[in-house]
Amino acid sequence: MLEGILQGLTTAVTPINLLMVIAGCMVGTFIGMLPGLGPISAIALMIPITYGLEPSTGLILMAGVYYGAIFGGSTSSILINAPGVAGTVATAFDGYPMAKKGHAGKALAIAAYSSFSGGTIAAVLLLVAAPSLASISLTFQSTDYFALMVLGLTAVAAFAGKGNVIKAILMTVLGLMISTIGTDQTQGIQRFTMGVPDLIDGISFLLLAMAAFALSEALMVVLRPKSDADRVKEMNAQSNLGSLKLSKEEVKEMVPVISRSSILGFFVGVLPGAGATIASFLAYGMEQRLAGKEKGKLFGTGSVRGLAAPETANNAACSGSFVPLLTLGIPGSGTTAIMLGALISYGIQPGPRLYLDNPTVFWSVIISMYIGNVVLLILNLPLIPYIAKILSIPSTILTPLILFFSLIGVYFVSFNTFDIHLMVLFAVAAVGLRLLDFPLAPMLLGYILGGMMEDNLRRALLINNDSWSFIYERPLTLTILVIAAMTLVLPYIISKASIWFINRVEKNMAK
Amino acid sequence: MNKSTRNFLAASAAISAMIFAPAVSANPIEEIHFLIPGGPGGGWDGTARGTGEALAKAGAVKSVSFENMSGGGGGKAIAHLIETADKAKTTLMVNSTPIVIRSLQGVFPQSFRDLTPVAGIIGDYAAFVVHKGSDLADFTALSNKYKADPKSVAIGGGSVAGGMDHLVAAMVMKAAGADPKAVKYIPYDAGGKAMAGLLSGEISALSTGFGEAIDLAKQGEVNILCVTAKERLAEAPDTPTCYEQGAAVEFVNWRGFFAAPGISDEKKAEYVAALEDMYETPEWETVRARNGWVNIFNGGEDFVDFLEYQEGEMKTLMTELGFL
Repeated sequence: MLEGILQGLTTAVTPINLLMVIAGCMVGTFIGMLPGLGPISAIALMIPITYGLEPSTGLILMAGVYYGAIFGGSTSSILINAPGVAGTVATAFDGYPMAKKGHAGKALAIAAYSSFSGGTIAAVLLLVAAPSLASISLTFQSTDYFALMVLGLTAVAAFAGKGNVIKAILMTVLGLMISTIGTDQTQGIQRFTMGVPDLIDGISFLLLAMAAFALSEALMVVLRPKSDADRVKEMNAQSNLGSLKLSKEEVKEMVPVISRSSILGFFVGVLPGAGATIASFLAYGMEQRLAGKEKGKLFGTGSVRGLAAPETANNAACSGSFVPLLTLGIPGSGTTAIMLGALISYGIQPGPRLYLDNPTVFWSVIISMYIGNVVLLILNLPLIPYIAKILSIPSTILTPLILFFSLIGVYFVSFNTFDIHLMVLFAVAAVGLRLLDFPLAPMLLGYILGGMMEDNLRRALLINNDSWSFIYERPLTLTILVIAAMTLVLPYIISKASIWFINRVEKNMAK
Repeated sequence: MNKSTRNFLAASAAISAMIFAPAVSANPIEEIHFLIPGGPGGGWDGTARGTGEALAKAGAVKSVSFENMSGGGGGKAIAHLIETADKAKTTLMVNSTPIVIRSLQGVFPQSFRDLTPVAGIIGDYAAFVVHKGSDLADFTALSNKYKADPKSVAIGGGSVAGGMDHLVAAMVMKAAGADPKAVKYIPYDAGGKAMAGLLSGEISALSTGFGEAIDLAKQGEVNILCVTAKERLAEAPDTPTCYEQGAAVEFVNWRGFFAAPGISDEKKAEYVAALEDMYETPEWETVRARNGWVNIFNGGEDFVDFLEYQEGEMKTLMTELGFL
């Protein structure tokens, strides 16, 4: 194995391959920054170019584009609330509020450090354990995925911090409801498509996220024009827009968050049925729980932890998804499916024998990920002050631009004009909900987890002949469900218990 | 391909026509516009772009262009082609077996009869696959276990219930003399996830495309129990057919092209000839080998006959299964 790693290292640092890492990262970052356009678009663009390259070189280029796009996707999430990639939707939860407060540079820097750390830690994990991790990707069955989605849904509590629990739950339910639109997998019948053929395939997550966040935000700006006093205040807040400075306190806060989220993200990424989006939501929910009462309340208002957690997790998951791809030949996401196709066209079949048959390809790709993360950091940090200045563009120009790029971005995914109409409809509805103070993030959470939760549950029931016994028969499922129950109940019990304890102590004192 | 996969491939390519320099051909066609009913990156997209590339590079067509139009399981593009038939004489739409299935299901009101079928060009047989550690040694073992207790055999696939993988499983079981209605079909949202389900041990067998299965079989992860061809395939002489194991049925998932309704017979003949001649070119061979496709040319009237036969077979099966 060591010999293979060394061989991979020598391949990865050849000038052409280094050039490809840099080129891939740059292209990926740029495409990822455009709202709606993600790694799939970026990699698909690269495919014709890769035909003429060596397998390792081609794959290194594609991998660079992949994590470059995830990296770049956070920029549009943070600056204009328009997630470039589904995996960076959770980044907008705290990144955008932070940028709005005038700390855009800081938010981008936190995202860059988090992405770098997540990607690097995951690359190290890959290097150390990739071949033996394959079995982990296969331990999860539909019942376990179902439990994982239930655990993910408990994260909804993270959004209740701002006050209204009922509203957060209602919006989660709305998201669950929207996820049922389209063709039902287990019976093949159409649900709530109302005879509209364009709804047969359901509603895309990115469309929903862009409508709820970017479009509705732009519409709100039009609806509520700023007063002159506000504008002056904003100008002052923007004076150090480009500053990357983090206080010692903030760095201290980030370190444990990043280490936890990168490991969580990596293992969720290893599972073929989960992926970067799920990883970012899980990390966000977990960190909100662990942050404690005071810090937890800051989530959703520009919390350092709330930004670092999903940003770390999605990059780690991205690297993690290479485990099933390379060691089993199983793509866990659309992006890795395209990469699998490219590998096969080189005559390389990924699988348990890849690292023995083609050690150069296997190890050079993993090592190039490490290099790629360094490249991304070096490439992005100096640019942040300039990119952050986008926010100082007057809103009369910025708002139409956001509207334009959001609509074009969603259209370029499907090439279906119906999606544009649908998006505008959702955006208008989202504006109404925002005016009534309904949080929109829980809706997205309910949508993405709800769809997967239903599919996995129904699959589990089918396999188990409609018996629910898998809940207690499979230890893994049971464990995850117990953790989910505990995350819901424990904080309540602890607060009750501590009140009871304090009361008792006080009584004793009184005696 | 799942929702997230059906994605943007090359905006530039979709917007601007890609023009290749023609090499040699006696009588090149002026222009072909490929209409792709799904998003970039999927199987339809690859077929259309690969064919266009081969035709243009071989000099059989002077200019080719591509247009993605997803929606309604392909129905949007079909409706568009019919609506604009007068102006779309140079358009070829790519499609595959699902056009037959979805039209029967009523996903869209039109069928292949409302278009001009040109030719089927590539195909993939279906296969039954088990995990390498499975106690099911061959298809007979699988069908016997199924006959004894259908509920004990969970068969997965990468499409919805009533979709192609499900229908193939039912079709083969029926041919083996078992009850097709009892198939315990477990749907996954993509072929890759179905394969992960098989390897995790939650399903006993997988109904999938032979092309997808053979690569994993070569890695020793899975065993192919049988392939839905009449005779053993040249590229896999060791893989038994379902035919020889008591399930006399043949199924091939084709991909091919359709022109707008009402184009002239000469125009149609020109397209059929261009696609047939394409087989001989090294340019096509490059594209074909790169994608691992199997040549099965089925042009003009033969293609229409085949579609009618497949439709009849699917209709019987789907009626029996209660999907119609």
